[in-house]
Amino acid sequence: MNAIARAWDSDILYSFRRTPVAVISAVILLALLIGAVLCRWVAPFDPYDLASLNLMDSFQPPAFITDGTAQHLLGTDDQGRDLLSAILYGARLSFTVGFSAVLFAVVVGVSVGLLAGYAGGAVDAALMRLADVQLSFPAILIALLIDGVVSVSLPVAVRDSVQIYVLIFAIGISFWPQFARTVRGSTLVERGKEYVLAAQVIGLSRSRIMLTHILPNVLGPVVVIATLTIGLAIITEATLSYLGVGLPPTQPSVGTLIRVGNDFLYSGEWWIAVFPGVTLLLIVLSINLFGDWLRDAMNPRLR
Amino acid sequence: MLTLILSRLAQAVPVLLVVGLIAFGMFKFVGDPVTIMLGTDYTAQQKVDLIHKLGLDQPFIVQYAKFMWDAVHGDFGVSYRLARPVMDLFVERAPATLELAFCASIFALLIGVPAGVYTGIYRSRPLSRLFMIVSLIGVSLPTFLIGILLILVFSVHLGWLPSFGRGQVVKLGFWTTGFLTSSGLVALVLPSITLGLFQMTLIMRLVRAEMLEVLRSDYVKFARARGISSRAIYFGHALKNTLVPVITIIGLQIGGIIAFSIVTETVFQWPGMGLLFIQSVQVADIPVMAAYLMLISVVFVLINLVVDLLYYAVDPRLRMSRGGKARA
Repeated sequence: MNAIARAWDSDILYSFRRTPVAVISAVILLALLIGAVLCRWVAPFDPYDLASLNLMDSFQPPAFITDGTAQHLLGTDDQGRDLLSAILYGARLSFTVGFSAVLFAVVVGVSVGLLAGYAGGAVDAALMRLADVQLSFPAILIALLIDGVVSVSLPVAVRDSVQIYVLIFAIGISFWPQFARTVRGSTLVERGKEYVLAAQVIGLSRSRIMLTHILPNVLGPVVVIATLTIGLAIITEATLSYLGVGLPPTQPSVGTLIRVGNDFLYSGEWWIAVFPGVTLLLIVLSINLFGDWLRDAMNPRLR
Repeated sequence: MLTLILSRLAQAVPVLLVVGLIAFGMFKFVGDPVTIMLGTDYTAQQKVDLIHKLGLDQPFIVQYAKFMWDAVHGDFGVSYRLARPVMDLFVERAPATLELAFCASIFALLIGVPAGVYTGIYRSRPLSRLFMIVSLIGVSLPTFLIGILLILVFSVHLGWLPSFGRGQVVKLGFWTTGFLTSSGLVALVLPSITLGLFQMTLIMRLVRAEMLEVLRSDYVKFARARGISSRAIYFGHALKNTLVPVITIIGLQIGGIIAFSIVTETVFQWPGMGLLFIQSVQVADIPVMAAYLMLISVVFVLINLVVDLLYYAVDPRLRMSRGGKARA
């Protein structure tokens, strides 16, 4: 039996095929991801290309209501930017920030968790105390405070261009404790098992045992939490951008687009805020549904 | 009990000192208040005078000690943006935030707990499914988007409810309240729903999960076998035992409500502390940011203390094993 057939028959893919919610959310997510990654080719216009902007095109309603044109499927914003293109480019930024922030949180959290769980003693106590303290504050507040403090301390000239890294750092830092706690718990279990004892007996270094022996065995739950955290990270990014401390209007994420659209709610141009909002909802909802399925599928007790 | 309180307080002190250091560090290294306050047109002498007046020419340690000493006494200096004492600004805006948080919590509890009990008991009824769908959307929709959609439907389209501000407020001493006028009450509706929806779905899901767990337990089976009425089982036996985690979550969610009040207040231009903070971040108004940082950490330390104590009071098992971890 070749590898593809074996994978197709595996428990997890069997469960995937049997769960319509998982399939649908995965398809939506994949479509959005592809659209966002390939936005340069998929999007009808380049929203960053100032030459293609025409103020005469501003506030065009979406194609399916009267006065709309087929040229701008979802209408245009206040500067005549094609909304569909802006959303695709914005979704790419949202995904980028979401994935990078979670990656950052995973690296920090897994390292801390491994170290705390394997070293034990005072190191463990200190690191977990730190995680406890941080967990007692909501993640979004931590991200907002870090983002606010860091961005006001940067010189105005570079603020916009490095804002995306500040965001990734701020959001990543706010999510590491969950990973650290989970990994620490599983490391404590693994540490007592025979294969670790065997590795210790043959004299392997501590870092080697942690990284090549324990790490692969504690990553399972991390995958599940990471999936669900990506949804949270994207929401956090959108919220910060909406509040005006995230990505700047020159580099609009989905959240920034909603912030811009918010100003035109009362004058009837609802689509400028609503379509980015629906996109955000679709992204987060499909990530959450997919993550829920993944959590159940990877929990052997529920099989 | 006393040792628990003392150990929690002992943990709180370093946290507050570090937060204080960050807050002070912002003063020292971030932005330049002098140029912000002077604008573009000033003489060298004006600049020197202002630096001296703000105490920016003293050594680091002196400034830090002075900062902490003043902070403990509720003095956070003068806002760069509004040129008024920061503490006055917070006192003025606290009622708006607290009333909003209060209404949001009441909304979350009054809908969340009954909905959780209902969906826990009748798992497959259509109404339960509807609740679960609403809760899934509530979890996935960011707070600010909920607010925008509510404004779009109820303010812009239907024109039923106001979309910004507190409406008419009544002054009671230093407290301003929106509870006593009809425009104040109406103005509270949309922000409270926006702020409370996430907490509501959380409470509902938690109560539901706990109910499902408890209803499967032996003592409920025995209670049924004894012929006790369903109502007594659900509310007397089952609900009571679901309350331990619910209390913790609600306690911790007060923190969440404070955090998300920043978002809700921005959406609805609600004149509370969160809006003040966001406006301060945008213009680097350090004294207000520092004060908010300090205040919010004190609030969170207190919330966590109260939650731990409540846990201790509600769950007798924790009293047996002294100093047990008070976290689920």
